[in-house]
Amino acid sequence: MTTYSYFPGCSLKGIGRAYEESLLPVFQALDVKLEELEDWNCCGATAYMAVDEVKACVMASRNLAMAEKLGHKEMIAPCSACYLVLNKTKHYLHESPAVRGVIEKALADVNLTYNGNTPVRHPLDVMVRDIGLDEIKKRVKRPLTGLKVAAYYGCQIVRPYATFDDQYNPTTMDRLLEALGCTLVPFPLKTRCCGASLTGTLPEPGLLCSKIILAEAIKRGADVIATVCPLCQFNLDGYHDKIAAKWNDCRIPTVYFTQLMGLAFGLDERQLGLHRGFVAMKPWSAQPAAAAVPA
Amino acid sequence: MDATKKQDVRIGFYICHCGSNIAAMVDCPAVARYVEKLPGVVLSRDYKYMCSDPGQELIQKDIKEHQLDRVVVASCSPLLHEHTFRAAVEAGGLNPFFFHMVNIREHDSWVHTNKVEATEKAKALAHAAIQRVAKHKSLEVKKVPIHPDVLVVGGGIAGIHAAMTMANAGKKVYLVEREPSIGGHMAKFDKTFPTLDCAACILTPKMSEVGSHPNITLLTYSEVAKMDGYVGNYTVTVKRKPRYVIEDQCTGCQECIANCVYKEPKFHDEFNEGLGKRKPVYIPFPQATPQVVAIDPKVCLNFRNGVLTDKCKKSCVTACGEKKAIDFTQQETVQDIKVGTIIVTTGFKTFDAKRVPQYGYGKFPNVYTALEIERLVNASGPTAGHVVMRDGREPKSIGIIHCVGSRDKKTNRWCSRVCCMYSMKLAHLLKEHTGAEIYSFYIDMRTPGKGYEEFYDKLLEEGVHFIRGRVGEVTDWAMSPEEEGKLVIRVEDTLAGYVRRIPFDMVVLATGMEPQADAQDVRRMFNMSCGSEGFFLERHPKLAPVSTFTEGIFIAGACQGPRDIPDTVAQAGAAAAEALALIDKGHIEQEPNTAFILDDECCGCKSCIPLCPYTAITFDESKKKATINEALCKGCGTCVAACPSGSIVQNLFDDEEIFSEIDGVLAHD
Repeated sequence: MTTYSYFPGCSLKGIGRAYEESLLPVFQALDVKLEELEDWNCCGATAYMAVDEVKACVMASRNLAMAEKLGHKEMIAPCSACYLVLNKTKHYLHESPAVRGVIEKALADVNLTYNGNTPVRHPLDVMVRDIGLDEIKKRVKRPLTGLKVAAYYGCQIVRPYATFDDQYNPTTMDRLLEALGCTLVPFPLKTRCCGASLTGTLPEPGLLCSKIILAEAIKRGADVIATVCPLCQFNLDGYHDKIAAKWNDCRIPTVYFTQLMGLAFGLDERQLGLHRGFVAMKPWSAQPAAAAVPA
Repeated sequence: MDATKKQDVRIGFYICHCGSNIAAMVDCPAVARYVEKLPGVVLSRDYKYMCSDPGQELIQKDIKEHQLDRVVVASCSPLLHEHTFRAAVEAGGLNPFFFHMVNIREHDSWVHTNKVEATEKAKALAHAAIQRVAKHKSLEVKKVPIHPDVLVVGGGIAGIHAAMTMANAGKKVYLVEREPSIGGHMAKFDKTFPTLDCAACILTPKMSEVGSHPNITLLTYSEVAKMDGYVGNYTVTVKRKPRYVIEDQCTGCQECIANCVYKEPKFHDEFNEGLGKRKPVYIPFPQATPQVVAIDPKVCLNFRNGVLTDKCKKSCVTACGEKKAIDFTQQETVQDIKVGTIIVTTGFKTFDAKRVPQYGYGKFPNVYTALEIERLVNASGPTAGHVVMRDGREPKSIGIIHCVGSRDKKTNRWCSRVCCMYSMKLAHLLKEHTGAEIYSFYIDMRTPGKGYEEFYDKLLEEGVHFIRGRVGEVTDWAMSPEEEGKLVIRVEDTLAGYVRRIPFDMVVLATGMEPQADAQDVRRMFNMSCGSEGFFLERHPKLAPVSTFTEGIFIAGACQGPRDIPDTVAQAGAAAAEALALIDKGHIEQEPNTAFILDDECCGCKSCIPLCPYTAITFDESKKKATINEALCKGCGTCVAACPSGSIVQNLFDDEEIFSEIDGVLAHD
């Protein structure tokens, strides 16, 4: 059984808990073990990066150092922000001797070292490139036939580092969801900004960003938006009342791709956290298409 | 050193100030005084410019007055002036190889900052040269006759022009073209910038001249498979693909096409960039040269997967009748050609627009490449010049995006040079054909050519909108009713300072120029080099722009880098002139610094043979010894160093010379 280190980050224990709730059983169903880092800390966070980049890197590097110590070859970071900050820190470690110096000193103070190994991977990347679509198809017990999905990637998993997919037109999630039986609607806004943390500080432009994505998904005939990022999920799912009051009603469920995988694998909907959305997805087991397929 | 003392040589030493290039960092008189005392040195001088006429005359005069028999000049790189000084030594009455040059400019004064140390280094280098030159032997420059015939590879406008120039000068030319017709990219263009004269009107007369020229052997649908030999004596193997039509018997009447069992054309038409259709038996375009049809075995019913089945009723053969030009049994043939010089004009390929997915080529049917538009506006194109989109509508608004695949770290970093101009040409033609509103999105407008900037002015007056900004994306994401069903270009207008969304019916991508997909194979075959971007490398970017690092092989046109038609033709003429100069001299002079085998000592181990980068070494089976072809040897010394029995010696670099030089450089402390 392959084992990866697992860095959940704060979101997966909080507002994004449905992500973790679906991620862990899906990986388990695929015979992949995730070992959570012990005593992990804040990833450094994009917000802190904007205030003090070097200190943010120091925080990220403690997690990297501990992952290296844990000894598994690679680490999975499901939250896009964690994924980016951890990778950016690795980048600085290799490219900037000055930042490296600060990090090494800070790590030495807590008896840690980091050699720059341990790749930080996104679960979407691991699913498609390590495990493979064939393996995933084998686990599908309840194909999501007829479910129309807008695959929404957000910005951070493809920019600035496009390590496993195209920067402008990523297709990894499309292929994965197709393997589950979903129908993908053409979605030109797949990497457009969700509003990010702007919605917390300057609500109007932030909400507009979310509204544009929601409205386009509805216009394209999607039943549901699939995402890979807790902040995207929160922005797209959490402000429907405000958006409806300001513009028009754009209610459509936004779920994690792992939740759709769990559904297709025949896992329990409640166990996958599908009830947690403000705009919940219609229970799939009740859909006529799903009923037609033997479990 | 003892060795030098025993030598009865009379050496003259000259150190050059090179203005202040050397003298500012090296104390030249001090070096001259130092060398003066070395054994064998009869006189030692410093002089402001040794390469000047008085400098050269000084050497000649000294040789006579002081009976010098060896000369050393310490100055710049031998690449620049070794030839100059060897000539001066020869004019003074000595064998030119009783000379040695020391590079104290590039290797010393230009790269050091401490005058004392730089002077000491110059002394050491000079000391080495003095000891080395004493061991020099008299050598002879060999002359090898040159074969007067020429091979031109690639029948685009560059190859056509080079071949015509050579043929008109009375040389026999072989022109090899991979496609069924010559003409290249230019034949696909509608008009040419900035004069707007029709590309076909100026190209096709040259094409038919090539086809009928008595001095030109035209080999279309053929590829060069192999090249052997050396400057003046190349043997080239040309592979002739079967076109299933006997060229000499086909009159180009096209009855076979009219009578093909396929009543309607239905296969991808390469010449029209897939916008039109052709039959399995076809002629690429009306003015194709030669006027000979070709049969495509991939789609012809008489073949299956390219293998002859003879299952078609062959109405083409019946239509051809007595001419009997169609021959389904034709096989690939191979032909050897002997030439003295080769001009490579293999051209470019256009950038694949799908590599920039955000511009939607291949995803949105109404996104076109510029080359597709050339065919679409052309009177002999798939729509007879009527601009209709893939969905059948006529565009009322068109956006042209510049620099697609150019000036971008993610794709190609270079500027493709022609796109600004051809974009404006297409803007003009599209406006003329459709009356549509046209927007051109550019990063910088590059119009450096005769009449080019004036053409830009003309377009501005015609009402084409120019927006400075790199387009972010082409999307079908509509935000307003007027954007519905349109292609929306999102761009930061960097002059107006805000982000715009502009809806269009049609989007045209000005794709850049790239090296041909097989440029690396061609490079290897002709022993050329490529720059980092993959275009063939010229010997010198300014002073030898059409020469390569292999003697007798020249390059011209877009295989060397992106360029437009005027520059391509100029370069093709230059390459032809260089080749002519070589041929008309009648012989090649060969540097004597080649390697040779000491037959008595060679043990026949063959370890040198695979190491030679110029394939100059062969194995003589009767003698069981290696032999080196002097004409091919470039004097790199690899075999000399590798020979386990020390039985390979190189002129000007024999052990005695090299060890003396090393002793000399170490003698100075």
